Amino acid sequence: MIFFVLRRSIFAIVLLMIVSAFTFWIFSALPSDPAALTCGKNCRPEVIEANRIRLGYDKPIIEQYGGYMKGIFTGRTYGEEGASIHCSAPSLGYSYDRHECVTTLIAKTLPVTASIAIGAFTLWILIGVGLGTLAALKRGKWQDRVATGFSVIGVSFPTFFLGLISIMVFVIWTGLLPFPQYSGITENPWKWMTSLILPWFVLAIVSAASYVRMTRNGILEVMNEEFVRLGLAKGLKRKTLIVKYVMRAALVPIVTIAGLDFAFLLGGALVTESIFNLPGLGKLTLAAVINSDLPILVATTLVAAVFIVVANAVVDILYGYLDPRVRAK
Amino acid sequence: MTVPLLSVRDLRVTFGTRDGDVCAVQGVSFDVREGETIAIVGESGSGKSVTANSLMKLNFGSDVRIEGQILLNGRDILAMSEEEVRRLRGNEMAMIFQDPLTALNPFYTIGNQIAEAYSIHHPNTSKRELREIALQSLHKVGIPEPGKRVDQYPHEFSGGMRQRIVIAIALVNSPKLLIADEPTTALDVTVQAQILDLIAEMQQEHGSAVILITHDLGVVAEITQRLLVMYAGNIVEEALVTDAFARPTHPYTQGLLRSVKSLESQRHNQLEPIPGIPPSLINMPSGCAFHPRCSYAHQLGDRCVQQRPLLREVGASRTACHATDDVLLSLGLGDS
Repeated sequence: MIFFVLRRSIFAIVLLMIVSAFTFWIFSALPSDPAALTCGKNCRPEVIEANRIRLGYDKPIIEQYGGYMKGIFTGRTYGEEGASIHCSAPSLGYSYDRHECVTTLIAKTLPVTASIAIGAFTLWILIGVGLGTLAALKRGKWQDRVATGFSVIGVSFPTFFLGLISIMVFVIWTGLLPFPQYSGITENPWKWMTSLILPWFVLAIVSAASYVRMTRNGILEVMNEEFVRLGLAKGLKRKTLIVKYVMRAALVPIVTIAGLDFAFLLGGALVTESIFNLPGLGKLTLAAVINSDLPILVATTLVAAVFIVVANAVVDILYGYLDPRVRAK
Repeated sequence: MTVPLLSVRDLRVTFGTRDGDVCAVQGVSFDVREGETIAIVGESGSGKSVTANSLMKLNFGSDVRIEGQILLNGRDILAMSEEEVRRLRGNEMAMIFQDPLTALNPFYTIGNQIAEAYSIHHPNTSKRELREIALQSLHKVGIPEPGKRVDQYPHEFSGGMRQRIVIAIALVNSPKLLIADEPTTALDVTVQAQILDLIAEMQQEHGSAVILITHDLGVVAEITQRLLVMYAGNIVEEALVTDAFARPTHPYTQGLLRSVKSLESQRHNQLEPIPGIPPSLINMPSGCAFHPRCSYAHQLGDRCVQQRPLLREVGASRTACHATDDVLLSLGLGDS
């Protein structure tokens, strides 16, 4: 098992190096000149050249990548003497557009996205797995119909539509909630809650829909397995049989998908953050796209990739732990 | 006469399907005495497995209706509550499944699974005792190095070994009745005999009665005393194995025996398959369900088409056929 974890971790690190190099190369290969983007439209060529040297865009791409990677571990100083800008480790570059180190920007926005992701994820697993289990156990009864009906509706509504509807209903029409204005959990927990409750539910409902179906089908499939019948023939109580035999087997594949979905969400909930005016990673990325802020784009892409790769590794390791058959290979 | 261990009376099992009700077992009656081994033989779809599952009310999750009486030691299982039946399962009656590759739970060690079967019915057993019981069970069913194997998972065992473990689970509470639903069908031929020997040996040791469900007459000859032949949800012949093999009375049993290879028949005769295919349960023939495939039905005329034959004594057997005793007895195995 230790060997398995070790091997999986090394694989993840190698993968991250490849992903980062590829990302860096793609953004440097864009036709737009990164140095020209550092100051407005009517910029004097001398300024552009000065910035090019200052930010290191004059060097060959491999050297730029090396500097970038080094910056992640040691921090980085741009320019010299009085005009220099320092970004401490882990430095992910400097946004000339915002005059801030990218790491600082990410540190500000990531907690917002994490708040959205953790809350929504918890809700959607509860709703998805809960309703799916209920539907499977009450197959063909009204509970099943309600749950599968919910799943169909949830799948067919896009996030922005459900998001706007929920703002209309809960904020504008009934006034049950204030218009979402994000505040850190430590500053104002109540405000944090009220600003996040709608995005949590909207994301949860949209994503839980497919989990209802997956859980329901998984459970029904496992119920037909011979080993469940053996459990029954042993004299197991129905409840034990469902939890220990059926759920145990049915939830293993769901763990995999849930892990990846969560990582994807951590990379930035673009639409949700925009609709609910939450200053998260997704909004930062969106703004960077609009302003052609390359350093931010490179960094957010890398951060999202890190989440996905790490989640993949964690899921694999967890899978090995959950399923003895995987461990053996 | 003593009361039989198991007494099945007019068992009917009906499944509700989209195409309407399907009656998979149509009024089956038989007894099993303590320590006895009987075999239920028949083709796929003859209702033998459905009968076996109904005995423990294992028809899990399907829309099923079981009628009649299943008396275990005089108590009707069909009249019991689900909780009462649960206490019998794995305790007084146990089951060996057809496919050992899928019958064990892949997520738990085999020791855990054997111990679980014991602790369900003996809730106050300590962990140490349970482990000891698991080790002993493994040893009894012939798993080498039980001390090492007990902590392994099902996927680390071969098919034959897994079937041994399934048997160990079934026998851990020394059940009075053991139902073996095609226990050797999924195994290699070389392993089949070993598993049959093991079942016979375990039966001797625990004194359990065994109901062996199979379509393999070779298996029947090996370990059973009495034979029930099922066709399309009915018992068509009931006899001692020796009688049934020497002098089968029902045309279907005769056909079955003729379609089996034996050392003698291989030399002298060709195999004779039974013409036609088993009837669909949804569209059952009228009268005797076997009449479309029966070579005597033409001679007997309308009775076979209109009237369902009942079991009656013919020689040493009980047979459900409209032909006269003389005809049935004289036919035997034909040219043998």
